[in-house]
Amino acid sequence: MFKYLKQLTSLVAMVAVLFTFSTESMAAKKSKTLKNTQKKGFVRCGVSQGLPGFSNADAAGNWTGVDVDVCRAVAAAVLGDANKVKFTPLSAKERFTALTSGEIDILSRNTTWTLSRDADIGLTFVGVNFYDGQGFMVRKSSGITSTSQFKDGISACTNIGTTTELNMRDFFNSKGISYTPVAFEKADEVVAAYDAGRCDTYTTDKSGLAAQRTKMSNPDEHIVLPETISKEPLGPVVRQGDSVWEDIVRWSLNTMIEAEEYGVTSANADMMKTSENPQIKRLVGAEGEMGAAFGLDNEWNLRIIKQVGNYGESYKRNIADTGILPDRGPNELWTKGGILYVPPSR
Amino acid sequence: MNAQVNMDNRGIEFGFGFLSQEASFDIQFSLIDYDGSRSYARAYLVGLLNTLLVSFIGIILCTILGVIIGVARLSPNYLINKTASFYVEFFRNVPLLLQIFFWYFAALRALPMPEDAPLIFGSSYMTIKGLYTIAPVWNNFDVFFIALIIALIVIYFFNKFAKRKQEEEGKQYPKFFISLGIFIVIPALTFIVGGVDLSWSFPELKQLAKTSFTYEGGLGIPPELIALTLALTLYTATFIAENVRAGIQGVGKGQKEAAASIGLTPSQVLKLVIMPQALRIIIPPTTNQYLNLTKNSSLAAAIAYPDLVLVFAGTAMMQTGRAIEIVAITMATYLSISLTISVFMNWYNKRIAIQEK
Repeated sequence: MFKYLKQLTSLVAMVAVLFTFSTESMAAKKSKTLKNTQKKGFVRCGVSQGLPGFSNADAAGNWTGVDVDVCRAVAAAVLGDANKVKFTPLSAKERFTALTSGEIDILSRNTTWTLSRDADIGLTFVGVNFYDGQGFMVRKSSGITSTSQFKDGISACTNIGTTTELNMRDFFNSKGISYTPVAFEKADEVVAAYDAGRCDTYTTDKSGLAAQRTKMSNPDEHIVLPETISKEPLGPVVRQGDSVWEDIVRWSLNTMIEAEEYGVTSANADMMKTSENPQIKRLVGAEGEMGAAFGLDNEWNLRIIKQVGNYGESYKRNIADTGILPDRGPNELWTKGGILYVPPSR
Repeated sequence: MNAQVNMDNRGIEFGFGFLSQEASFDIQFSLIDYDGSRSYARAYLVGLLNTLLVSFIGIILCTILGVIIGVARLSPNYLINKTASFYVEFFRNVPLLLQIFFWYFAALRALPMPEDAPLIFGSSYMTIKGLYTIAPVWNNFDVFFIALIIALIVIYFFNKFAKRKQEEEGKQYPKFFISLGIFIVIPALTFIVGGVDLSWSFPELKQLAKTSFTYEGGLGIPPELIALTLALTLYTATFIAENVRAGIQGVGKGQKEAAASIGLTPSQVLKLVIMPQALRIIIPPTTNQYLNLTKNSSLAAAIAYPDLVLVFAGTAMMQTGRAIEIVAITMATYLSISLTISVFMNWYNKRIAIQEK
């Protein structure tokens, strides 16, 4: 009898330990995430396992990309140093659990903003840092130049755990084409299998196709078809329930985009303090009390622009100059024919 | 409960209602009718059956291979003996995931594209997109199936009868050949009188685009299943081979000599004296290997074989965000499969154990 009682007690203790492990009371009035981040001295940021242009680590372990820059901007704002970021590479499958369980505080990993993700699973999307759409890649030698040439029996390689799988089904169903989905857990394996000839086409976000093409054994043998079959607004995500932190991340991103709009760059940001334009002065912390509401000092936005640069600089450095997508397309400012439009900082 | 409080704070709901929602994603390979308009529960079933399929094939093949290699390791022939040892040492010391990647990525690349694939056995094509082979097309399959069951029942009673005859009169029937005969003749009769008809559907090359081909018709076995089965079989067979070797070596030499001295033939010695005793040593550790193989099949996710982990704990978890519920269901499922195998193997182990009288 006592023997069993002892076993039972240890079992109960084990379960108790398991549940207290992830304790994090959200009752704190101010932003708990902000407080924790300042105490730790680094921003915990979830990124991809390697997508050139968005989040990719070089041989020395330095992360670069437009998604990476969002986290760096937040670090510059709240900690004063854009390098104080701890990056956690996550698969598509792990990413939301890592965020909701508190392992990371920002998820900036080419993640599509959808209703069910925003409303259902304890996440909040704070904005869009890249407007994308799903496309298809095929081998040039196949002679296919449009998705209208797809035939019954086509096999399509892709990743699991993404909106891609759902869009692909919608697309093929609406065209009445029967297809074989071949879904892998990691992008590297998708590329390897497609490259080997396992699949006739490779489908994911067009930016992803452009980036992964650079990893193939012979990039020139492949083309991305012109059709776009879905809307994929990609953006950073935070946990639901900490509105101050949510605002910090949102406005860090907005600052980068607005800085480009007003021509403020990492090079001229300091000089802009004496600008005639009050809108520019607010952007570089020379007018108003723009950081107070977040519990930050007044130069949080200046640091973002100085250390990370504006959105245009980030895009050029990571996506255009690397040859992934030289043409900005919809990711151009609204003033230049694109759809990047953010609310004003005032 | 802290987990409950945390989930409430983050606006996450708990519940299993999502299982009846439309899954809206397709699965490459399924044993039952499935498409994206079916429910998550159905997708779960597809994943579960795929896991059971690869485990079942793997267990059968690794047992056969394991016994052959195990016996070969005891062979007095130097070449056979050393080849078997090399096989065991090599395959059990390379991590399984690497072996899966090897078979899938390295071996796959070596296979021809569909349009270049040679015809094998006049019926199949082995290509980079999988094995395409002939598929049976049945008429009145149910009649044939019933005949098979009847044949099995007849064989069971015949064996009982033969055993009694042997005990009472010492008369021995060629049990194996008569059983085999019954197994063939009864189902074969249905073709003549039962209206059963069997024809074959052959895979045919189909052009998708200028340089892109596939096969239509027949039976297509995805390369993911082939690579996974191969890797699991070759890996697990090494452990079973060692169990078999240990089992046979564990039976005293005197047993064999004593059996030979009362005039039993070598095959009778093996069948009636050595194996029954060796099995007692072989079965318990082999049960572990069966369980390992089943659990290792979850590495399928790495090479796109749509097993339970990839379909349910992968795609379905992502689309619904129900991490706690889905992981709990998946764990419970693996636990049930493992316990079922254990129960069966323990029953078998008891049956062959020494009966104290």
